[in-house]
Amino acid sequence: MPASDNAFHTALALVLSMDPALIDIVLLSLQVSFTAVLIACLLALPLGAALALWAFPGRGVIVVLFNALMGLPPVVAGLTVYLLLSRAGPLGEFGLLFTPSAMVVAQVVLVLPIITALTRQQIEELHHEYREQLTSLGMSKLRRIPTLLWDARFGLITVILAGFGRASAEVGAVMIVGGNIDGVTRVMTTAIVLETAKGDLPLALGLGIVLLTLVAVVNGAAYVVGETARRRLG
Amino acid sequence: MNDMRLPISLLPLELNEVSFVHRGQTLLDRISLRLEGHGKILIMGPNGAGKSLLMRLCHGLLKPTNGQVHWASNANGKPPRQAMVFQRPVLLRRSALANLTYALGINGTPWKQRKPMAWQALDHFGLTAIAHRPARVLSGGEQQRLALARAWLLKPEVLFLDEPTSALDPAAIKAVEDAVVDFHRQGTRIVMSSHDLNQAKRLADEVIFLYGGRLIEHSPAEDFFSQPQTARARAFINGELVW
Repeated sequence: MPASDNAFHTALALVLSMDPALIDIVLLSLQVSFTAVLIACLLALPLGAALALWAFPGRGVIVVLFNALMGLPPVVAGLTVYLLLSRAGPLGEFGLLFTPSAMVVAQVVLVLPIITALTRQQIEELHHEYREQLTSLGMSKLRRIPTLLWDARFGLITVILAGFGRASAEVGAVMIVGGNIDGVTRVMTTAIVLETAKGDLPLALGLGIVLLTLVAVVNGAAYVVGETARRRLG
Repeated sequence: MNDMRLPISLLPLELNEVSFVHRGQTLLDRISLRLEGHGKILIMGPNGAGKSLLMRLCHGLLKPTNGQVHWASNANGKPPRQAMVFQRPVLLRRSALANLTYALGINGTPWKQRKPMAWQALDHFGLTAIAHRPARVLSGGEQQRLALARAWLLKPEVLFLDEPTSALDPAAIKAVEDAVVDFHRQGTRIVMSSHDLNQAKRLADEVIFLYGGRLIEHSPAEDFFSQPQTARARAFINGELVW
């Protein structure tokens, strides 16, 4: 039996037996990514909607900038946050480097442009349809934001899940600002990199299985939500 | 015609040399008119005459390129409350009931009164059975009635209707026309566009005839249909192609 096959069996056993070391890593990953996506949503949903509604000089540049930042390489985001949070950096006094908080910050930086840019697209499209009616009702732009975000809710769930996918799958940023410290800042992706390098394939594979399952579940949920919405709301 | 039970509404709308130019094309050309009294006004004309555009300028959805649109103030010293019903109703992605409570929320109706008022309006327009259905899966006729119910709740002093029946079957058209008469009876000023001559004959007290972005005739409906003053209006009434 080849070594990798053997490793696969051990990996499955690790997952199924809920190995405590593996569970800790999974939980920290989820905690960091959920927190990052939550914070990013609070900022990016209204920001994206505002970008869709307001016309101002330089708007085009900002739109292109956010679109471009969707492809921001995680290591660059990590490096930037590292420089900001390092002792000599402008935010060094808070001592956040190599903590889960630093990882949250890095993931927010990665996810924010994705949610902002995609939200802007969705809201712009919806507002194109609603504009005359909302103007007729005498609504200010500010008051339109919650209306449009709510009415675009099913499309936005997909947007948020795209953000979550990005956050949970990236490795470069959390590696740089978290440091992959065992029991403190070790998440699924960084652990996979480390264990693979060390040759501990079962743990790496086990984490890989969990990560894949998670992504599949998230996408399955997105599909179900989208289909239900299409059927129910037309 | 002039119904003496109606409160005299002193809401003149004045258009002074109003033009609308889009990408170098003059879509409305120096239109001056004054709307007052309380008869139902029908804006008529072939496709592309500028009917929808004229209503959007009056309602304030668009700003004229040149000229002024001036509303006289109502008793409260504000421009009159207006609502508009579109050719294709724009309904929110929510239930029929929620579409109505939403509109009430915008105009500042206290939270507790919204649902009872919304149910009343649904009842008035025969929509109680579909109150909890998503608005956007309703039939075309139901959607337009829901849009009318929403306008009804806003208690407009002026109601604009942009070809509200052009995509509906005869029964739904009748429902919309009944609603228009109902609005008018409650004292709402009606400004409606249509290219359907029979509908105009049924509803109009006053006709504004547009052709190619120009105001051709503005006269009482009786005069317009019995003795049109221009060759174009005559041709339009006789069902000849005028474009």
